[in-house]
Amino acid sequence: MALLEVKGLKKGFGDLKVLESVDLTVEKGDVIAVLGPSGSGKTTMLRCINFLETADAGTMTMDGTVYDLANADKKEIAALRRHTGFVFQNYNLFSNKTVLSNVTLGLTSARKMPKAEAKEKAMKMLEKVGMADHANYYPAQLSGGQQQRVAIARSLATDPEIIYFDEPTSALDPELTGEVLETMKSLAESGMTMVVVTHEMSFAKNVSTHVIFMENGVVVEEGPSKEFFENPKEERTREFLRMENIDA
Amino acid sequence: MSADTLKLLAESFTKILIPGLAMTVPLTIISFIFAVIIAVIVAVIQYAKVPVLSQIARVYIWIIRGTPLLVQLMVGYYGSSALGFKASGFTVAIIVFAINEGAYCAETIRGCLEGVPKGQLEAGYCVGMNYVSIMWHVVLPQAFRTAVPALGNSLISMVKDTSLASNITVAEMFLATRQIAGRTYQFLPLYLEVALIYLLFSTFISYIQRLTEKRLGRFDKTSENEGRS
Ligand SMILES: Nc1ncnc2c1ncn2[C@@H]1O[C@H](COP(=O)(O)OP(=O)(O)OP(=O)(O)O)[C@@H](O)[C@H]1O
Ligand SMILES: [Mg+2]
Repeated sequence: MALLEVKGLKKGFGDLKVLESVDLTVEKGDVIAVLGPSGSGKTTMLRCINFLETADAGTMTMDGTVYDLANADKKEIAALRRHTGFVFQNYNLFSNKTVLSNVTLGLTSARKMPKAEAKEKAMKMLEKVGMADHANYYPAQLSGGQQQRVAIARSLATDPEIIYFDEPTSALDPELTGEVLETMKSLAESGMTMVVVTHEMSFAKNVSTHVIFMENGVVVEEGPSKEFFENPKEERTREFLRMENIDA
Repeated sequence: MSADTLKLLAESFTKILIPGLAMTVPLTIISFIFAVIIAVIVAVIQYAKVPVLSQIARVYIWIIRGTPLLVQLMVGYYGSSALGFKASGFTVAIIVFAINEGAYCAETIRGCLEGVPKGQLEAGYCVGMNYVSIMWHVVLPQAFRTAVPALGNSLISMVKDTSLASNITVAEMFLATRQIAGRTYQFLPLYLEVALIYLLFSTFISYIQRLTEKRLGRFDKTSENEGRS
């Protein structure tokens, strides 16, 4: 059974229809790149499936548990979020907390883990992303790339089964995207299940296992990365890839 | 200025300063602590849009901000005795100052709470935290950081406003000054003297305010090197 299955996800803001029945299936170990032009609803989709936004309709099955995306109570939402991690475009590190506390807070406060144990675990995660030597810094003292790596460590620390990334590198200066993509690549290689909204074609092509191409709130095309890039079925996909300077 | 006046000023200095330290300072500090507690509660109620309580909070702020502090003191003083409470002027003053300043500080803190980026809450939710712990660990500390300058200013105006407590028999330093002036008829020099002492007090608070801001500012860009290991 798939780790995550989303069916019939619909979402609008007022009169604006943003998602028109989106389906999504994620198997354990998948790294799914979500591509699509600006405004196509990629962020909204991620936010809806982590209940940061309430959908108008849709169901989701995570690890065998079914959730109503349009109507879930606090308990269900909290239960769902025990399975997931979320990495934001603008990092959203807790600005009043050190790097270390950013990572431990979800463990001590949400999971009631003893402080010493949480610290040990956080340091391990920070080592993974190469930020252990910055444990006592405050977010404002770090570069964007460093902040994003800390954000990745923060979400890793809670042992999610799947991590959602919303354009993790697009707020970064070009010379800083490499370090974050490298971190994500090693995560992918370690078998982490990931759904990554991105404009980084090299990541989609070389790291992701599957690609989803969205436009105007619908999934236009999806498939294994190799197939998607080498042999796109839809004309619209080919056009998009041409614009992104990727030869089909 | 005559030698007599100078002598009077020198003698009265401690006679004004002592009630200042013994009354004005505790009155200010105790009232302000309660004011901040009230303000945080009222601000969080409004920020979290708690039903019923947030309407009550609005009414409270509306009344307090729409009436003069001196009138509130009088109402508190005569109101408490009309209701049969045997409260001293000092107690009434603390309660009225706390309630009054609480309303103003609540607006300050609410504004600062709303200034904390939404993403901070969302990030908290995404690592599994609940609303209360995100407020406690993340949102309130950040709001406090931005509220400190405004709260410092409130504290300074509070020191000055305590002079109004002289009207309900609180023997703070303005009342002491008035009494000496009434005896000696040296009104202007004495009022200038007490003005100077108020100035000393508020300057001291400004200094503390700056220290606090600096300490709290350690997670800001402006204090690049603090907090590093
Ligand atoms: N909270 C909101 N209120 C109103 N409209 C919104 C809101 N969030 C998103 N939208 C609108 O929904 C549409 C889809 O937005 P979304 O952010 O999901 O697109 P996206 O695919 O992530 O785009 P980008 O690549 O620019 O990040 C846009 O037209 C956007 O203006
Ligand atoms: Mg987006």
